[in-house]
Amino acid sequence: MRASTGEWTEQLARVRLHVVTGKGGTGKTTVAAALALALANEGRRVLLVEVEDRQGIAGVFGTPPLPYSEEHLATGPGGGEVLALAIDAEAALLDYLAMFYNLGFAGRTLRKMGAVEFATTLAPGLRDVLLTGKIKECVGRIDERGRHVYDSVVLDAPPTGRVVKFLDVTRAMADLAKVGPIRSQSEGVVRLLHSGDTAVHLVSLLEELPVRETLEAVAELDAADLRPGAVLVNRVRPTRLPHRSATAAAAGRVDTGRIRAGLETAGLNLDATTIEDLVTETIEHAISVQSETRARVALQQPDLPTLELPEFTQGIDRARLFEFAGTLRDQGVR
Amino acid sequence: MSDAADNRRRRRPPGLAIDSLIDDPGTSVLVCCGSGGVGKTTTAAALGLRAAGRGRRTVVLTIDPARRLAQSLGLKELSNQPKRVSITEFDGGGELHAMMLDMRRTFDDMVLTHAGKERAAAILSNPFYQTISTSFSGTQEYMAMEKLGQLTQDGSWDLIIVDTPPSRSALDFLDAPQRLSTVLDGKIIRLLSAPARAGGRGLRRLVGAGFSLFSKAVSTVVGGQLLADASAFVQAFDSMFGGFRERAEHTYRTLRSPGTAFLVIATPEPDALREASYFVDRLAGEQMPLAGLVVNRTHPIIADLPATTSLAAADELAQRSSNPLTEAILRLHADRVALAERELRLLSRFTKSHPEVAVVGVPALPDDVHDLSGLQEIGHRLASAEPSG
Repeated sequence: MRASTGEWTEQLARVRLHVVTGKGGTGKTTVAAALALALANEGRRVLLVEVEDRQGIAGVFGTPPLPYSEEHLATGPGGGEVLALAIDAEAALLDYLAMFYNLGFAGRTLRKMGAVEFATTLAPGLRDVLLTGKIKECVGRIDERGRHVYDSVVLDAPPTGRVVKFLDVTRAMADLAKVGPIRSQSEGVVRLLHSGDTAVHLVSLLEELPVRETLEAVAELDAADLRPGAVLVNRVRPTRLPHRSATAAAAGRVDTGRIRAGLETAGLNLDATTIEDLVTETIEHAISVQSETRARVALQQPDLPTLELPEFTQGIDRARLFEFAGTLRDQGVR
Repeated sequence: MSDAADNRRRRRPPGLAIDSLIDDPGTSVLVCCGSGGVGKTTTAAALGLRAAGRGRRTVVLTIDPARRLAQSLGLKELSNQPKRVSITEFDGGGELHAMMLDMRRTFDDMVLTHAGKERAAAILSNPFYQTISTSFSGTQEYMAMEKLGQLTQDGSWDLIIVDTPPSRSALDFLDAPQRLSTVLDGKIIRLLSAPARAGGRGLRRLVGAGFSLFSKAVSTVVGGQLLADASAFVQAFDSMFGGFRERAEHTYRTLRSPGTAFLVIATPEPDALREASYFVDRLAGEQMPLAGLVVNRTHPIIADLPATTSLAAADELAQRSSNPLTEAILRLHADRVALAERELRLLSRFTKSHPEVAVVGVPALPDDVHDLSGLQEIGHRLASAEPSG
């Protein structure tokens, strides 16, 4: 794997809320989980949060669906701990009503009447305000000794297309009540999300569309005064072909005679068709290496720290997540 | 025989015959669904191009704000009305048109068509309307249904291909229209408009304590102004409610009719296949006609050489430090075998639980699709690829 263009910065090391987004299909849940494990080093407590009822966290860790409560998920290296929380807007609204209006007892009635669905229909921003409000509460929660309950919170956020809307609580508030506790609570959320305590990381692949979405998201985040964190390039494939051969092969030039000779040296006598097929595979690979190189160059444009995670053809399981966490730590995540 | 060839022989789901599907005059609507990032839009466009090339008057309705799709079709941009893609090579009278859903425009048009002039003006300027017409999570799905309804009634198309919204879950597309009409036509919104209808008398008595609790909660959270706007909206919209719901139900029925075929799109990834699995179950539960599963971006093995042999030879070359190119090629091949095996394993989980679902694998293009010839190539791969990729 090639060295990344920049490592985890001092600034990122101070972040307390890590928002992880990316185009659909780039593996943002996997990366968020690996990041949470990487941060849960040496006795630190990390909360991994999801907000879209997808149970993606349970999926990557291979656990049963998460309830709406903070549950132990994994022990990190050096005795750290990762807890998980799947936030549900309905539960968050009932929480909220219980907290401020003592209306918790009526939750069932409200639910039965479809109040939450209705309220979030009236004010679509409400849903996001409730979800981000709960996240802020987790980030800010203090134990009896006055210390933060969580050293950091990692959010498996909505995909790039929706993330700015999700995080832009100020805009969401435009159609909500102008006064009252939900407003003052949101002001706290706005402060947190726009401060140095929060960074929005972008998961990309070395493919044209994810890269394009990443660049658009960075521009959108900048425009909304939110802070892009690092670019996390997922599923990076090993470079197999020597650079010169790759360029030639991408243009369809492969020295078949040389390959036949090489194969014979290794004791392989393959028929002409199989050799042609190997050449076809090589040309396909070389073409995709070229487009990966273009993608990599484009990803350097926003000048953000860039970290890489390798592709695993065997698929992602719990053990692999720990390996990824190690890879991220090797690239400076702390 | 290589491990992979063995795999391929072991389980082979029924093949999905794309050409007979798109050629069948009985197929009038093709719905492409699946989770985000699996290539729904590209598949829809490729199918459209192929169908038009085979003589059908085809329109592709895309929901993605996909400028690139427009470009690859040789159009500057797509609009809320079908635009003809000019290709001279279509034989047999085929045509391809493409359009992109503009949900606000579609909603506005619907209001203008079905409400009187004054009423329409009142609705369009209502702040609550402006919110739901652009921001409610089900509006896009609903308007996609509305557009589909318009296109089917129009009668000028042999085949309508729909690319469903990039929902957070593949199931939203089926749920959202009903959700929106439940919300708009629901108990709560009725209550909101009740004061006007009941002349403001004894609302509390009519609906009991539940409402007082509810209205307190809602107005605290969303504010009194919004409630008032919503109430005004409901009163203006009231006369349209029936038609609104009826149209949604009509389109829903169209989706269940034999002229409709659903294609579930996925990639050989666990998430995408899991979503595909949910979707297949759901379509069966709704008695909606599933044509099959399209697995995009597969990596079938080309050279028939076992991975172990390939790696052993590569190691041999590495030891002699001779011919690094051949060594690289052998390792590449082993990578490819591993990837293909993973894809087959993932896919076989799907086919085991859904043995009746026809499957077509579409081998990945080495580069991205930029133009008509790329789309044509995808269409070709769709129609001719092996079932398990």
